[in-house]
Amino acid sequence: MSMDIKEIIQPENLVYQKPELLNDTPMHYCPGCSHGVVHKLISEVIADMGMADKTVGVSPVGCAVFAYKYIDIDWQEAAHGRAPAVATAVKRLWPDRLVFTYQGDGDLACIGTAETIHALNRGENITIVFINNAIYGMTGGQMAPTTLLGMKTATCPYGRDAKLHGYPLKIADLAAQLQGTCYVTRQSVHSVAAINKAKRALRKAFEYNMAGKGSCLVEMVSTCNSGWKLSPAKANKWMEENMFPFYHIGDLKDIANNNQ
Amino acid sequence: MAKMRGATVINTERCKGCGLCVVACPFQVLALSDKSVNRKGYNYAVTVKEDTCTGCTSCAVVCPDGCISVYRKKEE
Amino acid sequence: MADQEITLMKGNEAIAHAAIRCGCDGYFGYPITPQSEVLETLAEQKPWETTGMVVLQAESETSSINMVYGGAGCGKKVMTSSSSPGISLMQEGLSYMAGCEIPCLVVNVSRGGPGLGTIQPSQADYFQSCKGGGHGDYRLIVLAPSSVQEMADFVDLAFELAFKYRNPAMILTDGVIGQMMEKVVLPPFKPRRTEEEILKQCPWAATGRPKTRKPNVITSLELDPAKMEEINIRIQKKYAEIQEKEVRFEEYMLEDAEYAICAFGSAARIAKKAIEEARNEGIKVGLLRPITLWPFPYKEVEALSNKVKGILSLEINAGQMVEDIRLAVNGKIPVSHYGRLGGIIPAPDEVVRELKKMVK
Repeated sequence: MSMDIKEIIQPENLVYQKPELLNDTPMHYCPGCSHGVVHKLISEVIADMGMADKTVGVSPVGCAVFAYKYIDIDWQEAAHGRAPAVATAVKRLWPDRLVFTYQGDGDLACIGTAETIHALNRGENITIVFINNAIYGMTGGQMAPTTLLGMKTATCPYGRDAKLHGYPLKIADLAAQLQGTCYVTRQSVHSVAAINKAKRALRKAFEYNMAGKGSCLVEMVSTCNSGWKLSPAKANKWMEENMFPFYHIGDLKDIANNNQ
Repeated sequence: MAKMRGATVINTERCKGCGLCVVACPFQVLALSDKSVNRKGYNYAVTVKEDTCTGCTSCAVVCPDGCISVYRKKEE
Repeated sequence: MADQEITLMKGNEAIAHAAIRCGCDGYFGYPITPQSEVLETLAEQKPWETTGMVVLQAESETSSINMVYGGAGCGKKVMTSSSSPGISLMQEGLSYMAGCEIPCLVVNVSRGGPGLGTIQPSQADYFQSCKGGGHGDYRLIVLAPSSVQEMADFVDLAFELAFKYRNPAMILTDGVIGQMMEKVVLPPFKPRRTEEEILKQCPWAATGRPKTRKPNVITSLELDPAKMEEINIRIQKKYAEIQEKEVRFEEYMLEDAEYAICAFGSAARIAKKAIEEARNEGIKVGLLRPITLWPFPYKEVEALSNKVKGILSLEINAGQMVEDIRLAVNGKIPVSHYGRLGGIIPAPDEVVRELKKMVK
């Protein structure tokens, strides 16, 4: 005779639930958006490290502008692209705090490129969480600096053409070249295995910051199924087939492995 | 051999019906509701084969909105 | 007493020394003429080894002001300095900080514009400083020093006002005062606030959330128009209070004056010399020097208009403060403007000549 479902659903049998730091406010992200998963991971890692009372997040302009409504830590909402400058000051003035920015490709790789490169190169003890979905989500699916060649968006409706629009920018590859970075990695959150790896990457980055080892960039190659005009499941597949060959998943730099 | 039995509790009001949990489940335990929608109009995730759930948490891990709680118990 | 020692230094250097002495937590800046001595002096003084003050050269003025935003948002006493083109780049950050209601100090050692303009002094940033500069309905508290001593004194005053009203404050000076060497008594040393003191003074700051309170969020974003209107109304009430309580000005030889010059900062120094020369020629003229450019001394200028026959606004620009004077005077008496442009400083005899036109 098999167990009754009520016997299983008991507090002592709970093995997974929404992270405590992620509050009940419904997230405004589209169904299936990668942002939600990354929000969960950040919430989990901060709680696992026991740093909830010592963390300051810096949210961007873009889809994640309201990140501060969902994760119950202290936040500063930065002007478009300026999050790394904001985080620089917070960390320098409160060195025992865990300070991270959360930015999309438009915010980080376009309007805020200078702030990003220089904060990373100064070796600020901050982590930049970089959501790369190759498109501007919030404003309705326009071309981003990371948009793939041939990819169609609202501002390159015939596909990104290198002659017209230039080439997609590999920010993590740039970041790995900078002496100030101690950990640069490219992850994704499209499967259970990938999510577990991405969580370990975030934890490592935050721990490096708290140990004063330098700046970290954790790129999350993500989907924007609304912008890409695909179902969430199909968007994941499209990402695997089109994004991963260009944005290779894995560590680009880890000071634990090489002495740069 | 003791078998793992699992169960999910889905916050159907928070669910946006993205369907990623349905794809992630190795045992087709979940599906999107056929006709019923939540207050936001989404066809939310429902358990359709509850006996086959092992409590592996895959559905909950991939859920972008943290709608799924998972319970697991060894079957005696 | 060592603290009372009189020293000779540039206005820009006085800003740097005063910042260290008044317990400033952080300075973020970028080189630009004619203000680079602020950052240079701080780098040379190494306050991070003494008071613990952070000093950082940013990659741009845009970045400087956003570092200031970050520092201000976590309750720290932070500042930057620049000159006109750099201050233009900072307008975004200033608007955001006014919107978030967070305190900071920005020093503008202004130079002639528009555009890259000149590195010579100018007062052409009056509009930018007092009338917005960035987007949205907001104000900066603007102090205009007219001596190296006031450069030193206004740093602490600006921070005090900025924290009192949770609003960015600006010291609007120019290349004359910034580069000029003058004797100065530096303010006494005041320790930086402890962590406890900061948390007590700034319960709104994003410093890490203890379980005992809700998250602190520094943001100027509110998509619900009804709530956004409420926020704006609250901010405007604050501005009205500042206008009511914080006007500062200096009166000079106005007791028997039949005419008045209105001038601020370096122009006020020229005005004083011109007044001396004019009085030698029998023209009874005095000076009203606004020290706070915003809040502007409207009531004082209005009172003056009941007493004198005409007001000359002496500015090193094409006529900006004169608009506020005309608002205050409201047509009661003639108001004229005299100024030089492009980095040229008006000479006292030019001012006397202008006064004579009014007297005639």
